[in-house]
Amino acid sequence: MAKNTNPQETADGLTKKVTSPIQRRSFLKYAGAGAALSTLFIMGCDNDDDMNNLPGDGVNLGSGDVGILNYAYALEQLEAAFYTQVVASTSFNTTFSNAMERMILTDIRDHEVAHREFFKAAITSAAPDDIIPGLTPDFSAVNFNDRNAVLATAKTFEDLGVAAYNGAGKLLTSATFLTLAGKIVSVEARHAAEIRDIISNGTFASGPEINNMGMDRALMPKDVLAAAQPFIKEKINFSNLPTT
Amino acid sequence: MNIFNLLTEIEKADPEVYGRLDSRRAVFKHFGGFGKKLAVAAVPLAFGSMLNKAYGQTASRSVMEVLQFALLLENLEAEFYKQAAATSLFPAAPAKMAFETIRDHEVAHVSFLRSAITGASGTPTNYTANSFDFSAKGNLPNTFTDYGTMLAVAQAFEDTGVRAYKGQAQFLISNNAVLEAALQIHSIEARHAAHIRRMRRDLASSPANQKPWITLKDRGGLPALVQPIYDGEEVTTQAGVNIATGSVSANAASEAFDEPLDTAQVTAIVTPFIR
Repeated sequence: MAKNTNPQETADGLTKKVTSPIQRRSFLKYAGAGAALSTLFIMGCDNDDDMNNLPGDGVNLGSGDVGILNYAYALEQLEAAFYTQVVASTSFNTTFSNAMERMILTDIRDHEVAHREFFKAAITSAAPDDIIPGLTPDFSAVNFNDRNAVLATAKTFEDLGVAAYNGAGKLLTSATFLTLAGKIVSVEARHAAEIRDIISNGTFASGPEINNMGMDRALMPKDVLAAAQPFIKEKINFSNLPTT
Repeated sequence: MNIFNLLTEIEKADPEVYGRLDSRRAVFKHFGGFGKKLAVAAVPLAFGSMLNKAYGQTASRSVMEVLQFALLLENLEAEFYKQAAATSLFPAAPAKMAFETIRDHEVAHVSFLRSAITGASGTPTNYTANSFDFSAKGNLPNTFTDYGTMLAVAQAFEDTGVRAYKGQAQFLISNNAVLEAALQIHSIEARHAAHIRRMRRDLASSPANQKPWITLKDRGGLPALVQPIYDGEEVTTQAGVNIATGSVSANAASEAFDEPLDTAQVTAIVTPFIR
């Protein structure tokens, strides 16, 4: 479903389309640390610059910094739903017979729920018309009774989350949001390392995800969402997200 | 205040000012409409932010300063792991291999930062093993003779590194390439931190249930010396949003967000390790 109404194509609306990206970027940038989120959004945003918000066009993440926040919100929804299902599985205690591993997975669930609820509250209070709805996860391809399948999916999500935040940093114009994203991405990286070590101890930072300069991946939204879309029932429309 | 006059003045001092401004967004093409859409009083502030973007500075911290600061921290880590990996303290081969993996990453980070500094017409500071004192002025005499201490120091460095990069990222917002690279390093440091914490968890002498993440401001059985590395991690509110609500405990809320350290805080933490 589309989240926004189609903008009215008035002359004034068209003018806004031309100028609003500059307004938003500049204002979000200068508003900086300490400014309330609501202030940022009120000053920096208008709802009517999202193009192609036609019904049936999927869930539109929107544009600008809010679009990136929605993008993060979508990914956190996916992760939170996954770990919630892992921990809620009737076979959780047998699939993961090690108490420490259960504690780890339960902790990660709580962290992802915290991230999801953070984005939901922050976007809702500041830009209620722009927040994407709750998404419907599709984990039909995951056997939650299979330890290896659960861990492999967890590894995919965590590595993808790290790469997503790393790639989205440059797309943000607000230093406040950049720092917030930084606060979350390192926790995702801690998750990724621990999940990898549970799969095979010592693989915390190895494999094709880490380059020969000892750096993690940084992926653009289109590449992240190509990997995440099979796990989400709604079509995610990222066409208005910034690309530089 | 006439923005265009101001720009003309700046252009006299810096003929490249227009090139520094964000041409991708065609800022100046739209600049005419800019003022009309904003409250007049806000224009100078917005203009200031554009100059910040142009000159890569917020709160007077340049990209070059950040790169040099990161170079110091990466050298500190690289020299530590070089010496640590060469010890015979490891109980098993995988532990030694983990240190070698991390050492190689830190050495690669040093190389990258040196290239980035050189590429930006700077001169990278040279560091050697003798630049650092891993006893922290005698406070940690067993860093390379006691396995538990060695892991503790490693954890302290990794958790500091994560918080340090996080605090510096905001100063790189004007430079996408450097920002992205810094983020790519930042998350690797977090992976290191998680693994070192796991290695400590496997030690009988470490606190039970040592986690890969930071709970409140718990220093995980490390000496009180390192408490500043964890102070501030206990927050459970982010951007005005209370995280410790619903099913999320205060512990989980604090774990779910790592916190930045500013330049002065990081400097205070690492100073005892620098000769």
